[in-house]
Amino acid sequence: MSTIEQFRQDTRAWLEANCPLSMRTGMAEGDVVWGSQNPQFPCEDARLWFERMRDKRWFCPEWPEEYGGAGLSDEQLAVLESEMRRIKCRPPQINLGIWMLGPVLLAFGSEEQKRDLLPPIARGEVRWCQGFSEPNAGSDLASLKMAARDAGDHFVVDGSKIWTSYGDKSDWMYALVRTDFSAPKHEGISLIVLDMRSPGVTPQPIDLISGKSAFCQVFFDSVKVPKSQLIGPLNGGWNLAKYLLQHERKAMSKFGEFSLPSHFDLLALMREYVPAPQTMSEHALQARATACAMNEHAYNLTVQRMGEEARAGDDIGGLMSIMKLVHTEQERDKFEVLLDAMAGHAFGWENAAFSEQQLAITRSWLNSYALTISGGASEIQLNVIAKRVLGLPDAKKGVTP
Amino acid sequence: MSLRYSDEQRLLADSARDFLAARSPVSAQRRLRDDAVDLGFDAPLWRDAVELGWSAIPFPEDFGGLDFGCKGLGPIFESMGRNLSASPLLSSVVLGGSLLHLAGNSAQQTHWLQAVIGGEQRLALAVDERSRHDPSRTALEAKAEGQGYRLHGDKFWVVDGFGADAYVVAARTSGQPGDTQGISLFLVPADTQGLTVSALPLIDSRNSARLQLDQVQLGSDALLGTLGEGWTALETALDRGRTCLAAELLGMAEQLFETTLEYLKTRVQFDTPIGTFQVLQHRAAQMYIDLALSRSALMAALATLDDASHDAGARARLVSLAKWKAGDTAIKVANEAVQMHGGIGVTDELDVGLYLKRVRVAQSCLGDRDFHCERYSAHA
Repeated sequence: MSTIEQFRQDTRAWLEANCPLSMRTGMAEGDVVWGSQNPQFPCEDARLWFERMRDKRWFCPEWPEEYGGAGLSDEQLAVLESEMRRIKCRPPQINLGIWMLGPVLLAFGSEEQKRDLLPPIARGEVRWCQGFSEPNAGSDLASLKMAARDAGDHFVVDGSKIWTSYGDKSDWMYALVRTDFSAPKHEGISLIVLDMRSPGVTPQPIDLISGKSAFCQVFFDSVKVPKSQLIGPLNGGWNLAKYLLQHERKAMSKFGEFSLPSHFDLLALMREYVPAPQTMSEHALQARATACAMNEHAYNLTVQRMGEEARAGDDIGGLMSIMKLVHTEQERDKFEVLLDAMAGHAFGWENAAFSEQQLAITRSWLNSYALTISGGASEIQLNVIAKRVLGLPDAKKGVTP
Repeated sequence: MSLRYSDEQRLLADSARDFLAARSPVSAQRRLRDDAVDLGFDAPLWRDAVELGWSAIPFPEDFGGLDFGCKGLGPIFESMGRNLSASPLLSSVVLGGSLLHLAGNSAQQTHWLQAVIGGEQRLALAVDERSRHDPSRTALEAKAEGQGYRLHGDKFWVVDGFGADAYVVAARTSGQPGDTQGISLFLVPADTQGLTVSALPLIDSRNSARLQLDQVQLGSDALLGTLGEGWTALETALDRGRTCLAAELLGMAEQLFETTLEYLKTRVQFDTPIGTFQVLQHRAAQMYIDLALSRSALMAALATLDDASHDAGARARLVSLAKWKAGDTAIKVANEAVQMHGGIGVTDELDVGLYLKRVRVAQSCLGDRDFHCERYSAHA
C-alpha cells in the first residue's frame, strides 16, 4: 500500500473514532466554536471535538510542526479534507488567525514573530479580528488613514476601524495602518498586530437595520504598539494585505462547503402564502417567484459544476469570481418577492403575533442589504469580473465621456 | 450526473467545430439566405454531417446508431450555434427519429428510423397549431374510420417542414385541448392525399412550414405508438429538442459575447477604448454571469436526458430550466451585442443581426421563456 493510501486509512479510522456523531451534521449559527482565550462550547461534544483536533494538531494541519502544525504535505492535507467532507465533520473551530493571518506570518513574519504568534493560533487560544476598513475607506481600502506614528521603540496608533466582526470579543487584531502620509496611497501602509486589551482600544458594537450585529467600530486613542509587532517591511503592508485577501477567498470557498442553513425555500413559502394563484397579481407574483427559484437552481448547479471542474483540474477562476455577487444578489431578489407574498407577515419585529420563521425572514431580508456591500460590494465584484476575467482595460485618468 | 463534457464528448466538440468552421461558417448561412434556398440548409453539408455520424449519436447500435447518448448532441448544437449553421439534425433526428425510436413499432422503425439515421429520408414534427408553443392544447382532429383514421386541421410552424419526406403529426383522438390524455401520433408521408405543405419564411431564413390536412385518410399502420397515449413519447422527444435548442442558443450567445467583448476592447471613442467605460464593463460582467449560469443549467439538462433514474418531472424541470435560462441569456446578449456595436450593429453587413434573428426564433421554438417558467413551476 502506498504511503498516502495508508495515511488515508489512518485518517479515516481516527476521524471515525474521534469525531462525535453530533459533530457530523449541518450547523446553525450558534453552533460555531470560536478559538479564543475563553472558548465557549454549545455542547460537550463540541468541546471534545475541539480538544481532540487541537491535540492532533489538525487545526493547522499543513503548518510546520515547529510552529504548532502537523506538517502535512499538500497531498496529505487534501486527503484529510476529503475524509472530513466524507463524514461531514463540522469545523472544530473557526479562527481568522488560522485562515487569514497565519499564512501571512508564515510567508512574511520574522522567526521571532512566528515562534511567538503561531503556536497559540494553532492551539486555538487566541481569537483574532481584522482591522482593515475605516469609516472613509470602504471599497477604496487603500485610502485608509489610521495613523501609526514612529515613537522610537513603538508606534502610537490613532484613528478607527469599522466593520470589524466580533471586535468586542476578540483577543488580538491584525490591522492595516498608515505609516507614511507623504507616499502614494498604496506605498505608505503597514501591517501590524496588536493586543485588543491595550490601553486606548475601545470596541463598540454597531446596530444594523436588521438589529444587533457582530460588527464593531473600534476606536484607537494613542495606543502603544511595540515595533516588534510590525509584520513584514515598513510601508510594505499593501502587498501583505493582497496576499491575505487571497487566502480569505480560499478560506471562504472551503467554508462554503459546510452547510449553513440560512436559506428559505421560496417556492414552498409561496405555496403557504399564495396557495392557489387566482388574480392577475397573484399570477404575476408566482411568475416572479418561479424566476427567482430558477435562478437559484442555476446558481446551485453552478456551485456543483465548479466543484466538479476543480476536481478535474480545470481553471475555475472565472466561476469563483462570480459566486459572491450572484448569491448575494439572488438573495436580495428573493426577499423582494417574499416580502410581496407575505406582506404584513414579513414586517414583524419582535412579537408573539409572528412565527419564528416570519421574524427570521424579516431580519434576514434586512441583513441581505449588508451582504451585497460587505466583502467587496456588488459594484466592486463587477469591476473585478470586467477587468480580471474579461480583460477589459482600465479607464484613463481624466477621461469623461 | 456530471456537469462537464467527457473526454469523448470534447473530442466530438473539436471535430464539430473544425468541420463547421470549414464547411459552414456564417458566410454560408448568409449565402443560403441571399440565394433564397427553399430547404434552408445545404444538402451536401448535411450529407457529410451524416457521414460524420451526427445523425446516429443518440440511437442504439441495433438501428445503426452510435449509442453515444443525448449528451453527445450538446457539443454539436453548441457548434452549430456558434457558426449559425443550419441542418435538419433537430427536426429529423432529434425530434422525428426519437419519436420513431420511442414509439414506433418494428416495421415503422425498419422503414423509417434507419433511413433517418442514414440521411436518406427526412422527417419533421408537426405539433404546434397556434402562435405559441403548447403541445397539450393539440386540437387537430383524428377520427377512427374503417380500418384507419381521418385527420383534419392545420399545423403551424413545422420546423424543416418544407420538402420533408414524412411528418409525425400530433393529433387529438379523445379529450379536450389541454388534456395530455387523448393525443395520438401519426406518421404521414409527404405525398399523402389531402396534405398541403407551404413554406413559412421566418426572419432566420431557415426552413419552416405550415401544414393543412384536409380530410386526410390514413391506414392503421400510420399510428405511432398507442392510441391516445402519445404524450409521454412526445414530451420525451420535445425535451431532447428543447435541450438541443438550449445548446444552440448558448453557442450563439457565447459567440456573440466574445465578438462584442472584442469590439469593446478595440472600438475607440473619446480617445479611449469604449471597454474602459464602467457602465459597459458592468453590463459585460452581467452577461458573463448569465452565460455561466446558462452553461450549468444546460449541462444538467443534457445529463438528465440520459439518466434513467430521473422521472419525467425531474427531467422536465431541468430541461425547462435550461431552455429558459439559455433563451433569456441569448436574448439579452443579442440585444446588448447590437446596442454595444452602435450604428454598425443595425446594419445587415454585420453578422450580429443574423445571430439576433436566429436567437429570437430559437428562443421561441418549442417553448419560450414564459412557457418554460410556467412548466418549471408545474413540476417544482
